[in-house]
Amino acid sequence: MGVSAAAPLWGPPGLLLTIALHPALSMRLAKASVALHRDYCILGAGPAGLQMAYFLQLAGRDYAVFERTPGPGSFFLRYPRHRKLISINKRYTGKTNAEFNLRHDWNSLLSHDPRLLFRHYSRAYFPDAGDMVRYLRDFTHRLGLQVLYNTTIAHVTLDKDRQAWNGHYFVLTDQKGQAYRCSVLLVATGLSVPNQVDFPGSEHVEGYESVSVDPEDFVGQNVLILGRGNAAFETAENILGVTNFIHMLSRSRVRLSWATHYVGDLRAINNGLLDTYQLKSLDGLLESDLADLAILKDREGKFHITLKYFLEEDNTNQSADSISLPQDDNDNFAMRVAYDRVIRCLGWNFDFSIFNKSLRLNSGSAFGKKYPLVRASYESKGSRGLFILGTASHSVDYRKSAGGFIHGFRYTVRAVHRLLEYRHHGVAWPCTEHPITQLTSTIIRRVNEASGLYQMFGVLADIVLLKENATAFQYLQEFPMQMLAQLETLVGRTARHGLFVINMEYGRNFSGPDKDVFFYDRSVGHTEDAWQSNFLHPVIYYYRDLPTEQEVRFRPAHWPLPRPTAIHHIVEDFLTDWTAPVGHILPLRRFLENCLDTDLRSFYAESCFLFALTQQKLPPFCQQGYLRMQGLASTESLRQHGVESGLLRGYSAAGRHPEDSSQQPGERDPAGHPPAPEPPGQSLEGNKEEL
Amino acid sequence: MMSSSLNAFRVGISFVTMCIFYKSPVHSLQEVSPQKYFSTLQPGKASLAYFCQADSPSTSIFLEELNQAVRPLQDYGISVAKVNCIKEETSKYCGKGKDSMKAYLFRGNILLREFPTDTLFDVNAIVAHVLFALLFNEVKYVTTQEDLQNTENSLKGKADIVFSYVRAIGTQEHRAVMEAAFVYGTTYQFVLTTEIALLESIGSEDIEYAHLYFFHCKLVLDLTQQCRRTLMGKPLTTLNIHLFIKTMKAPLLTEVAEDPQQVSTVHLQLGLPLVFIVSQQATYEADRRTAEWVAWRLLGKAGVLLLLRDSLEVKIPQHANVVFKKAEKGVPVEYLVLHDIDLIISHVENNMHIEEIQEDEDDDMEDPDMDIQDDEVAETVYRDRKRQLPLELTVELTEDTFNATVMASDSIVLFYAGWQAVSMAFLQSYIDVAVKLKGISSMLLTRINCADWSDVCTKQNVTEFPVVKMYKKGKSPLSYAGMLGTEDLLNFIQLNRVSCPVNLTSIREAEEYLSGELYKDLISYSNVSVLGLFSPTMASAKEDFTEAGSYLQGYVLTGIYSEDDVLILSNKYAVTLPALLLARHKEQKIESMPLVGTSAQDMVQIITDALLEAFPEITVENLPSYLRLQKPLLILFSDGSINPQYNKAILTLVKQKYLDSLTPCWVNLKNTPVGRGILQAYFDSPPPLPVLVLVNLHSSGHVFAFPSDQTITEQNLILWLKKLEAGLENHITILPAQEWKPPLPAYDFLSMIDAAAPQHPARKVPECMKETDVQENDKEQHEDKLTIRKEPIETLRIKHWNRTGSFPLQRAISGDIFDVITRSATGIW
Repeated sequence: MGVSAAAPLWGPPGLLLTIALHPALSMRLAKASVALHRDYCILGAGPAGLQMAYFLQLAGRDYAVFERTPGPGSFFLRYPRHRKLISINKRYTGKTNAEFNLRHDWNSLLSHDPRLLFRHYSRAYFPDAGDMVRYLRDFTHRLGLQVLYNTTIAHVTLDKDRQAWNGHYFVLTDQKGQAYRCSVLLVATGLSVPNQVDFPGSEHVEGYESVSVDPEDFVGQNVLILGRGNAAFETAENILGVTNFIHMLSRSRVRLSWATHYVGDLRAINNGLLDTYQLKSLDGLLESDLADLAILKDREGKFHITLKYFLEEDNTNQSADSISLPQDDNDNFAMRVAYDRVIRCLGWNFDFSIFNKSLRLNSGSAFGKKYPLVRASYESKGSRGLFILGTASHSVDYRKSAGGFIHGFRYTVRAVHRLLEYRHHGVAWPCTEHPITQLTSTIIRRVNEASGLYQMFGVLADIVLLKENATAFQYLQEFPMQMLAQLETLVGRTARHGLFVINMEYGRNFSGPDKDVFFYDRSVGHTEDAWQSNFLHPVIYYYRDLPTEQEVRFRPAHWPLPRPTAIHHIVEDFLTDWTAPVGHILPLRRFLENCLDTDLRSFYAESCFLFALTQQKLPPFCQQGYLRMQGLASTESLRQHGVESGLLRGYSAAGRHPEDSSQQPGERDPAGHPPAPEPPGQSLEGNKEEL
Repeated sequence: MMSSSLNAFRVGISFVTMCIFYKSPVHSLQEVSPQKYFSTLQPGKASLAYFCQADSPSTSIFLEELNQAVRPLQDYGISVAKVNCIKEETSKYCGKGKDSMKAYLFRGNILLREFPTDTLFDVNAIVAHVLFALLFNEVKYVTTQEDLQNTENSLKGKADIVFSYVRAIGTQEHRAVMEAAFVYGTTYQFVLTTEIALLESIGSEDIEYAHLYFFHCKLVLDLTQQCRRTLMGKPLTTLNIHLFIKTMKAPLLTEVAEDPQQVSTVHLQLGLPLVFIVSQQATYEADRRTAEWVAWRLLGKAGVLLLLRDSLEVKIPQHANVVFKKAEKGVPVEYLVLHDIDLIISHVENNMHIEEIQEDEDDDMEDPDMDIQDDEVAETVYRDRKRQLPLELTVELTEDTFNATVMASDSIVLFYAGWQAVSMAFLQSYIDVAVKLKGISSMLLTRINCADWSDVCTKQNVTEFPVVKMYKKGKSPLSYAGMLGTEDLLNFIQLNRVSCPVNLTSIREAEEYLSGELYKDLISYSNVSVLGLFSPTMASAKEDFTEAGSYLQGYVLTGIYSEDDVLILSNKYAVTLPALLLARHKEQKIESMPLVGTSAQDMVQIITDALLEAFPEITVENLPSYLRLQKPLLILFSDGSINPQYNKAILTLVKQKYLDSLTPCWVNLKNTPVGRGILQAYFDSPPPLPVLVLVNLHSSGHVFAFPSDQTITEQNLILWLKKLEAGLENHITILPAQEWKPPLPAYDFLSMIDAAAPQHPARKVPECMKETDVQENDKEQHEDKLTIRKEPIETLRIKHWNRTGSFPLQRAISGDIFDVITRSATGIW
């Protein structure tokens, strides 16, 4: 496809029309209508689509974003209906570490521009949706992202072609019949179809997407809300003060997000109705399967709840007066009262309609039909090269982590981009390489500040790939941990000498809808009990060999990864600050040492000097520092502390007997301190022979 | 819903694997009727049956224990059944009430023994009693000294005896002995007693515990002679007995003529060390007698070999008469000079503890030391945390000020992390530098805490701590690669005041440069000033030198002179162009060397080497640059400055090239007090100073001392070095060559998780199990007891090796050692 053909066609649609009408250009048109090519096509200019566009732009890739509305983030123009975002905008953390602060910023997208942080867009802890629209617009414009607005992709088909990156092209057709041929298709369309449950009388129900948000419209009414998510409670919250009562009906029990640690469950900010329900204020919650129900409208336009079963018994007359109601038999039936309004807030589904069958983009069976089925790499199981991003990709960690929300998927999008960079451009997953003596520090640094690990706990994990003989290592950030077995082929790095996986986890039995998360003694303080930590804490897995796909798939129940060779939990911390020398760093170092079978302590140059002249081998810290003329000098005050602690030997001036002046190596001093630095097993004297 | 279907799937998987690996008999207690039971008895096969009333409770302690005994007994070919007697049953085995219920042992349909259930009090008792009954001929039970003596006499010249004392029949140790007898009963006569008196009569002292002796009777030909006895030193467990008997079976003494490093015998595989007695042709007979004597003393503790030095191809040290090889892989052999057999024995015994299997289940987790800081840097920094440092002498940078600051003035930036001990230790030295430079340097000393300003550090490519970078206008940042200490950093900052290599423009300037006049205030930071001489046309050589000079920027002063009149200098210093002049300011000496065809990298090397001195005072700071030479160190330890005579003697030898293969140096214990620690490591008792030692760090680790009764003169030194070379000197010590292993264990959270879980998460065994997996599983079963047992790798390997050797998968899951030994379980009955 020549540039000459492409240039006018990417212009405004009006121009396209003029060109088409010009007979002299008919040849050109025929050529153009074949399809415009883009390496990467992104569907949807919402947060996920824009986030991916940013990474592609940064990498200098050929891409375009297709957006059916005239601006980015159109979802937020209407939703949430009551305009309050429930993702927190925490502007103050007491810290200046930008990466750390992202842990508490749930709205910003990732970029290099510090002005594009959401805290500059709203002062509210729960910001207004309009601010999000403004933010996304700025994000697009400031970064110069290429978005084709007013382009509704109506149809996506597959075009087999051996030359294509993935063995086929994705052919997108917009509302005007223009085709676009894409090597990789990135679907970030979110969940856009309201979930509707079909039952008799469902036509009487108003939807969340269209119901009035003016409380005046509900004054003195009996309201029934179907559903128990944040939308349902948000709706109830809005009209709580003016209705006679609100009843909420859904199949499952209410799940409180502070009990489940899942941000998609009912947030405390929306749970006013729970308060009034439990404080005997006429509002109430009921559990029943909607599919069993029927709604009847009576002559006065009020709604009665009955069972579908009754309707089927008597299908001659459908009026409320003749159909039997539950209360006819059971006069204390809870929903015997007539309702003025029934509102449906049952969530959303992914829009599968535009995808041709040949793409085999199916809905997952596990969590209902809400989400398309994807692998842990976010690639569709049906067609290679088709990735699902953003909210629609939440099937990977539904009800577990934050992959369905901006603060989570901004990281999974980055992971997908890194996978693509290696697959199509040979750019290996970015990593840093360090000597082994830096291993403890590198891990400590990440678990203390990394936001991707913190938000996408259990989904994205850092990987340490050891070099031969464990003298050095590579550090890879935020790899989709369920793809661990395929790591080598996905990131372009080798894992032949063992690896560590750094993940963050809640305690295994801590979270859940009916768990008491405030139980006494819920926190663990002792390092030896770290594995019983309940709050989110770092967990490090050590594998001598890369696990196989089989092992990942058939891992033990409730384990995020296969059984490792060894495991370490860093004890939970009230401040999420894992830098305590003895409480956090020391046990981690011991774990790493025992996995690598080496000594990872640090030593002053003076100690290395002593070892260098009295031992044939040196600990890694001396080898990689002192011997390379980068030893660590001690100062007078530090040396004094060292002698007091028994870790350093004091050598006083001449005249005194050497024996008195220092502690013998290998011996413990009376206070029970560990021996002065010595390789374990033998003291200096141990090897001496008689002449 | 999802999870339950998944679980069902998982159960399916594990069921399949069970079928594969447990195809040998079922392991639960079979329940049959008396009729059925007697019809299934096979001739020659042993069977244990517990008869009880059909209506009796289906669970009892006894039944639980019996259930547990099913597996082990099946391994010995003994089937186990619970026979349910119906009321009207007439079988005589069905007793009359509950109390009279008994267990019976049959071989075919012949009754061998009946056991009241109270004798079979636990699984150990069941296995011990049953094997005891079946091995009636192989295990002789004795109660008197006379019995024992008779047995011993009858076997002299015929077979060896395994004699054991156990505290009671039916105990765990009794079971261990019986299990051993099951395997070795046809090879050795087993004798068992529970009489303390009997044990006392053969001279045992510590009667508290079970004992096992090996009586070497087969060799005894004279009936009046007593059989030699070897006591097993370890607790009586099945595994220990097995290992012990294996070593008894091994030849007492083996002759070898190969590199001890390569020799391997059954002892090594069993985790025992080897002792080589070095022999020469001339003394062969005597050596062999000594070796045999040692071998008897070390029986069961180490393997003893006679090493024939004359037919040996590898060289072993002249004086070594004993070679000691540890069982651990990769540990180099030790060459020893031991003139007393007792010394050999004690050397072995002192090294024994490492190999010992830790049977007592010490809980490592409770070791309080694990939580005690053993990192000297972390601990000292922590202890010093409350001291206020004069931090105000350095500028603290932030995201907002970083760029502006480093752009505005020449700055040094220390990138550190507040929680990282090494960088906090260095921060102290850094502050010291600031103190020293206060008011005298235009360089701005700054620091940035990367724990607070992570992004800034990442943008500056800083991913580890500490890092020091120098930012100068118009230049890319320069990373400091020297020692993390006050002195070195100070030198670096000072030397960076000039940009190297300095371009010198006149002969006079060049001469001033060489004399130290030009950079008077800098020469104290760089002992050597380097000057490259090039004719104006030597473009590429100049380029290389410039590259080398800027690479060494901050570590050594370099200058370049390439004016038209450069020949004046080259003539003066008698060198052809291109050339290098080295001005040693301390010695006021100028050396020259030609530079033909040298790459920039080589020039760096030449200059770095030139910084080294002929007979330096070694300090903590400069040792690494001398170690790089990889030569043995000839060190003179001196309390205070060096005696000029010694200095002269050694420098003379250096000049005469006697010391080219060595690095001669000296240590001033006043400047480097840690040198005393080194002397302590070399000498048992502190020698009078000065003392001269030769340390062969890089090859053997041998340390030799110059005789303290001689004075350090040229002659004496030459003589001594010659003797050393000829191997005529004895080393005073060998530096240990251990690897640096983890100082302490880590918490074994995996075991804790396993212990807490109702089921092992790893119990799902993949269908095609590899050998290594078998082994791991095996280990896991040991760990069932919620304790962490550390077995040496050698032992595990033996298990593994045995298993693959003879009994492939039949009992692959079991942790028992005897499942693998060749004697068929069913064959003997």
